[in-house]
Amino acid sequence: MSEATNVPFGPQHPVLPEPIQLRISLEDENVLQALPALGYVHRGIEKAGELNDFQQNVFLVERVCGICSSIHALAYCLAVESAMGLEVPKRADYLRVVWMELHRIHSHLLYLGLLAEAFGFESVFMEFWRIRERVMDLLEMTAGNRVIISVCTIGGVRRDIDAEQAKTIREELPKVREEAKRLVDTLLGDYTVKRRTVGKGVIPAQAALELGAVGPTLRGSGVAQDMRMAGYAAYSELQFRPVTFADGDTYARTAVRAHEVFQSMDLVLAALENLPEGELAVKFKGRPEGAALARVEAPRGELIYMVVGNGTKNLERMRVRVPTYANIPALLSVLPGCEFADVPVVTLSIDPCISCTER
Amino acid sequence: MNLIQKARMKSPWVLHFNAGSCNGCDIEILSCLTPVYDIERFGAVNVGNPKHADVLLVTGPVNRRNERVLRNLYEQMLDPKIVVAVGTCASSGGVFHNCYNCLGGVDKVIPVDVYVPGCAAKPETIIEGVILGLEKLAKMPAKARPGRQEAKAESAEAER
Repeated sequence: MSEATNVPFGPQHPVLPEPIQLRISLEDENVLQALPALGYVHRGIEKAGELNDFQQNVFLVERVCGICSSIHALAYCLAVESAMGLEVPKRADYLRVVWMELHRIHSHLLYLGLLAEAFGFESVFMEFWRIRERVMDLLEMTAGNRVIISVCTIGGVRRDIDAEQAKTIREELPKVREEAKRLVDTLLGDYTVKRRTVGKGVIPAQAALELGAVGPTLRGSGVAQDMRMAGYAAYSELQFRPVTFADGDTYARTAVRAHEVFQSMDLVLAALENLPEGELAVKFKGRPEGAALARVEAPRGELIYMVVGNGTKNLERMRVRVPTYANIPALLSVLPGCEFADVPVVTLSIDPCISCTER
Repeated sequence: MNLIQKARMKSPWVLHFNAGSCNGCDIEILSCLTPVYDIERFGAVNVGNPKHADVLLVTGPVNRRNERVLRNLYEQMLDPKIVVAVGTCASSGGVFHNCYNCLGGVDKVIPVDVYVPGCAAKPETIIEGVILGLEKLAKMPAKARPGRQEAKAESAEAER
């Protein structure tokens, strides 16, 4: 038996797009313990949320995370709307669903590409990102920017999707779907990919619940929990069933995300089909007073915003609880016992978003 | 322009560091590598090793924790080198200007050659930023640039 070797994994590491450090103790090739060292992306957004005007905060919270940015804005707007008792127009609800699901598609395609790259399938990475660009083009066409789209505002949305844009989305998405299907079948059916992912980092359903895992990490363990079932925005009126896989390994988590890409495409098309006429945003007076909570499903899992208003233009408190933060305990529970070469793949399988986690 | 300088222009190797960014610019930098933008047609390769890199792409407003990491990466890169600050918050702090943990821009820590605007900066803009930086790199002699020694002394002090 040799002594434990300590290896720092990160903060600047080629497989991680973001700085997080895992301090890993190894015995030969096996991980004994993994400890996270956080704080490389901490900016202090919750405090800044108290310094800004509550309407300016929409733009600040979008920059908590660039990958699921509009979903942060939606959660913040829902929380403030419920504190102020605002009723959002129906058309805005449906438009919000369109943009949120487009965002989820691009986020999941990004994950699938990064995962392929983590075990050396660079061509699959390139292919996923190539089709992701077509979703980015749809976002740019409808919202005017690629990544941070700033469509949500308190009381509704800031932009409209007109008939011509809706037609383009309806024509483009089935084509993207076809290409994505071909790639997903290749990725999930491949022998090598299965050897790298099946049975790696298994989180049993009970452990996932106890450790508080959320989103695809939880659904990959067979627990059908999805905040969209709560029916915020227009989700209560759209047909929707959460995707689950029972195995709880890296493969299952990947499969959940791959199938959610197709589900999100269905939701976008259904929302456009049923898009009601009407106002984009409700006009309001007054300022938020009292506490309110909003729970939404971000691409990585459940996202919670709490705002406490005191009747002034500044909030008393803004609290953000993000999905990756909830998934880190589950990740740390499966790393011991893994081989060192599997650490990047298993770490990536919870789709960590560090800038969310540290705010 | 001698042979080495010419070769350097033909294949700039890029190191990317996220200094507290929201990820928006980082995924756009990654998008540059993919088939639609394909910076490899200019010979640019994304590398993980600072000793191999000619161009440092930094995103994010830089916070108190990763300041040391950023300085360290910059020191490890060999001369001549250029630094490109990608995105509004890397250039000036942007939306994070009043966050207590942010220093407000890459140029507070290391010298910056090109500022790329945008939130998030588009891939086209990032590519243009790198190319503008290369024009600067072409004029640089292959010796230590001014400011480097000071940065080193400062970081030695911080280390203590």
